[in-house]
Amino acid sequence: MREYFFMVVKNSLRSRRRTTLTIASIAISLCLLTLLLAVYRALFLAPEQTSGQALRVVTHHKVSLTQDLPLSYERKIEQIPGVKAVTSLRWFGGVYKDASDPRNQFARFAIEPSEFFKVYPEVELPEQQALAFQEQKTACIASRALAARLGWTLGEQIVLVGDTTPITLELSLVGIFDEPGNTSVLYFNRAYLEDSLPPGDPRRGAAQQYYVETQSKDDVPRVASAIDALFENSPAPTMTESEHAFMLSFMSFLGNVKLFLMAISCAVTFTILLVSANTISMSTRERFREVGILKTLGFSRAEILMIIVGESAVIGLAGGALGCMSATLLCTAIARAAGHGSNFLQILKSLAVTPAMASLTLVVAVAIATVSAFVPALSAARTSIVESLGHTG
Amino acid sequence: MKIPIAYNLRNLAVRKTSTLMTAIGIGLTVAVLVSALALVNGLRTAFQNTGNPLQILALQKGSRSELGSFVSREKFDQLSSLEGIARDHSSNVLASLEMVQVINLPSVDSPKGMNVTVRGLSPSGVEMRSVRLISGRWFQTGQREVVVGKGVAKRYPRARLGQHLRFGKGDWEVVGIMDGGQSAVNSELWGDLNQISSDYNRQGNLSSVLVRAADATAVPTLIGAINDDLQLGMSAMPEAEYYTKQTSAGAPIEFAGIFIAVIMAVGSSFAAMNTMYAAVARRSKEIGTLRVLGFSRGSILLSFLIEGLLLSLLGGAMGCLLVLPLNNVTTGVGNFVTFSEIAFNFRVGLATMSIGMLFAALVGSAGGLFPAWSAARKSILEALRES
Repeated sequence: MREYFFMVVKNSLRSRRRTTLTIASIAISLCLLTLLLAVYRALFLAPEQTSGQALRVVTHHKVSLTQDLPLSYERKIEQIPGVKAVTSLRWFGGVYKDASDPRNQFARFAIEPSEFFKVYPEVELPEQQALAFQEQKTACIASRALAARLGWTLGEQIVLVGDTTPITLELSLVGIFDEPGNTSVLYFNRAYLEDSLPPGDPRRGAAQQYYVETQSKDDVPRVASAIDALFENSPAPTMTESEHAFMLSFMSFLGNVKLFLMAISCAVTFTILLVSANTISMSTRERFREVGILKTLGFSRAEILMIIVGESAVIGLAGGALGCMSATLLCTAIARAAGHGSNFLQILKSLAVTPAMASLTLVVAVAIATVSAFVPALSAARTSIVESLGHTG
Repeated sequence: MKIPIAYNLRNLAVRKTSTLMTAIGIGLTVAVLVSALALVNGLRTAFQNTGNPLQILALQKGSRSELGSFVSREKFDQLSSLEGIARDHSSNVLASLEMVQVINLPSVDSPKGMNVTVRGLSPSGVEMRSVRLISGRWFQTGQREVVVGKGVAKRYPRARLGQHLRFGKGDWEVVGIMDGGQSAVNSELWGDLNQISSDYNRQGNLSSVLVRAADATAVPTLIGAINDDLQLGMSAMPEAEYYTKQTSAGAPIEFAGIFIAVIMAVGSSFAAMNTMYAAVARRSKEIGTLRVLGFSRGSILLSFLIEGLLLSLLGGAMGCLLVLPLNNVTTGVGNFVTFSEIAFNFRVGLATMSIGMLFAALVGSAGGLFPAWSAARKSILEALRES
């Protein structure tokens, strides 16, 4: 066995240029394939949830996030059995300093300081800061990522000028919180927003999202459908879903992503098949005469088949490993970049190459290389000694 | 002296399998690129064909979309009395107060529902746009009736002629299907302004104003007049510009398509390089003979480069053919400006295909250069001696 392996390795090193090019070509295609698999997983296979996320659902207007829900819904949702706590969020569209600088764009929500922390246990704010946030109407809190990005410290005065709402909010930073998502977000007291809006403004007494915490994990589906059923025939029907599904709905907005990923993956896999089949058949054809010599030396057909297919498998494995490694690097880079964004790309934060995915890629690489080597190898093994010795490259 | 191209063509034909395999690899790469470009091209066509160059869209100051804009009837009256607005034959000003809402309908692609724009307008608003009814009739004022764009009728089974849709405070009947050429109108539902606004309790609180300027020179003047009127509190822009900006909806797909195509291209140029190196190795004696006959190193280099190029162009042509059936297929993408879906057709045009072929040629020259170089560098004796 060992000498076979030795021959396989020697053979693959014979035309170094060709082997390198083939490995590089397979590696690039497999890197792409792994990346697509990772994106598919991040989007469509439920990622691991924090214990808070598993208990939470988001309720928003059935049509879109931009449409308001009456604040009265909060009390109605609270009455539903299985609901532990409800809190409302309202996006504030406005400008911080110079809007043309992308660093100044971040998510900002008006929230209810008392309820919010019940539903969001993973938001960690020192007790004293939480207290200050509840007491002062113009107080706001920022995530550590945001504070670090804009160099904010406690006591910072933050002015947000509304765009469609003709109001200016003058906020002071009383707390900096930690949360596992590491997103850039600012929260302020919704009472301040309500009081600043002119009387009669349609945005008064309205929220855009309700975050609902259930008693237990098993209550989640029942609570979600109970909420939607409650408001189905009202002027503002709702859609309640998990946080992940909620983010995914932004993604599906980009078109038929699933189909897109599938189609490209198929194209890529087929391309690797072509590339490796082409190379292997080239190298086998070149070696027809050698096969004759091996046969005169007493090598059996099966052994010759194994040597040629083995060579291809080694090349495939090398390409697969290299592809996997580069995909891992790419995924890490994309995930890091997505984590800093404040929009729907957040969903790509969990982008990663799992061990299962890596093994799948390697299996695909070896399988494709083996399959594509099989036909030329078989025809080489079958050729008679005289014929192959008479072959002129 | 030049080596005839027929020599390259025959060589490619002799190595059928390896030529075909390499070409199909390049073809698939080109297909990915061309389909992404065709999608963006279709989207761009839809937005660019929307908007009359004489028309101006006015929104509440600060809002970037009709959806986030609130305009009262008083403001509309104030705006309509500005100078420079065109008049129709019965000398009414051509200005239309409109309300835009988004509703959710299950579509062919996503049964969970996609968002569609509903526009409430008056007869003058319909008149100001170049739309034509392809079946049914126009909606009547004071009735819960809508006319749907042809893209909507195609993609949303519940929005076909004669069906009833539930939104606002009741059931709306689909009474007609309209054709807005290739414009964004095809992705909208239109109904009576008063009926829609009262269904959403927004009689005094509408979305936007569309006005037509008397002539081309009046367009900038009118825009200036609207923007400078502080009491009005509105901002105006050419209607066409508003829609052109929305082309960015296709940016993520365009980016992903180009990104993937470029990665695939590197892979397939390596494959092309392999094939061409094999060709050079196999024809070593031929190269020596050609040199003996007096062909220069330069013409050998050129000949192999051309062969690589022909190989990739064959692939490029296959890729374009593969994508051609996509032409005019209707699809939709979400638009973050209007928070609704825009339906449009893939457009595989001459320009997209040329880019695809150019891309293939690039892959071919990248893959062919080094092998051609190594072929040209061989000394005559060395080349003749190689088996």
